[in-house]
Amino acid sequence: MQTNWLYIGIFLVIGIIVPIVPLLFSRLVAPRKPNPIKQSTYECGIETVGDSWVQFKAQYYIYALIFLVFDVETVFLFPWALSLKQFPLFVVLEGILFISILVTGLVFAWRRGMLEWA
Amino acid sequence: MPFLNDPVNFISGWMRSLLFGWGLPSGLVTVIIYFIGITVLVMFAMVLDIFLVWVERKVVARFQDRLGPNRIGPFGLIQPFADIIKLVIKEDITPTGADKLLFNLGPVLAIASVIILWAILPISSKIFGVDLNVAVLYLVAAGALGTLSIIVGGWASNNKYALLGAFRMVANMVSYEIPMVVVLLIPTILANSMSVQDITQAQSGMWFAVLSPLALLIFLISAIAELGRSPFDLNEAESEIVAGFHIEYTGMKFGLFYAGELLHAFTFGGFIAVLFFGGYGGFFGLEKLGIFSWLNNSFVQAVVFLAKAMFGYWVIMWIKYSMPRIRIDHMLTFNWKFLTPLSLVVLVNTAVLSKVLSGLPGWGYVLGMFLSNLIIGYITVEILRAYGRKQRKTEAIPSPQRLQN
Repeated sequence: MQTNWLYIGIFLVIGIIVPIVPLLFSRLVAPRKPNPIKQSTYECGIETVGDSWVQFKAQYYIYALIFLVFDVETVFLFPWALSLKQFPLFVVLEGILFISILVTGLVFAWRRGMLEWA
Repeated sequence: MPFLNDPVNFISGWMRSLLFGWGLPSGLVTVIIYFIGITVLVMFAMVLDIFLVWVERKVVARFQDRLGPNRIGPFGLIQPFADIIKLVIKEDITPTGADKLLFNLGPVLAIASVIILWAILPISSKIFGVDLNVAVLYLVAAGALGTLSIIVGGWASNNKYALLGAFRMVANMVSYEIPMVVVLLIPTILANSMSVQDITQAQSGMWFAVLSPLALLIFLISAIAELGRSPFDLNEAESEIVAGFHIEYTGMKFGLFYAGELLHAFTFGGFIAVLFFGGYGGFFGLEKLGIFSWLNNSFVQAVVFLAKAMFGYWVIMWIKYSMPRIRIDHMLTFNWKFLTPLSLVVLVNTAVLSKVLSGLPGWGYVLGMFLSNLIIGYITVEILRAYGRKQRKTEAIPSPQRLQN
């Protein structure tokens, strides 16, 4: 089991090295003649106004909140799904109870109009 | 011939004995052998990626009634190499005010997140990286890293279009990930395991695509959303935000984003094959017959797997080049009000039926699962039709409020 994760670790290292190699190679071969106009931000020819990193209204932020709740809770379903074969039907129904709590949350959010683009 | 049956273990066993002969400690030998094996696997993936550029360009040309690359080499096969040489010798421009570290990290992550998926891809019963017992969760985690690369690249560019692209990618991720994780529970339940090898073995009799076609459909849609391909290509959207997250990327960095997207699509084709079409196996028990025993050969299995993965990739391309882009609020609505409830219903259905029908003979189990999916699909379509009728009625009769607006 430990060697599996050793394998994944080596894979991560090589996975990061592989894209760096062409970038370094390109740095050696490619010309580098920077000038201010070339390096200016491309916005279809119009000069940039103000800063790009402004506070921005993400209209889907309520979705993001519901997403967080769901994402954490669906992970709890994986052990349940794995142990279904060993346990009687009762355990399946318990899992469905848990899912129905999730669904209640979704229905609540839906009824309160949280799942609308605002 | 042991080499033909089990090439990876044959070579690694030979190398192990060779390195032991040199007097190296066993831990170091393991690391060296892993290192060589991973390098070979990753190189295979990257060479395949170069080939995929050609496939993609040729297929999109056919969809648009063109010829595609046909000048360099036979059928234009050398074209991707020419592209790579061009991209490498292009000047790399970093815009002023960009976050340099994150700007460089974006394309690196885009490739790395795809390559690490190849660690768990079972190419054949003997040729695979590693058989993780939590492979399904690993798939979700590595996929989320790919999304992160787009968000990082878009944010670090210090460009308003790129920032919009990154914001849209977050919206994409927020909407598709729940249906995807829920639907991944279905192969887990059916195979009673999260390991991709076990899931493949469990489909030797019957594909999960037959047992749960709705799960396949939802997984395909959410996989396309994760890839950010059309109809979910909101993060690029050439006609709205120019090129979205990679607007400021030039030269090889752009090339890495492009290559990462193609390899990601192919890898997801591979995972669709593994999770729903039996991966390298799934011959409906044919391989147990004497005359078909050659189907158990590692190289035959690898060819079968790559063919299925290429088919999945082709379906993803087909959808990409035939669908218009979906609007962002429609995408969120579609995923939260349609895919998420549907995936939960399919999950409950699969969990209950896998328990209730387990006493039945094989064909009864398959038939019950398939029919239940058909019924759920029919009810879903009926609900959608009723909703559509209601919607059309309210639009046909102008209410006083609507007229005021």
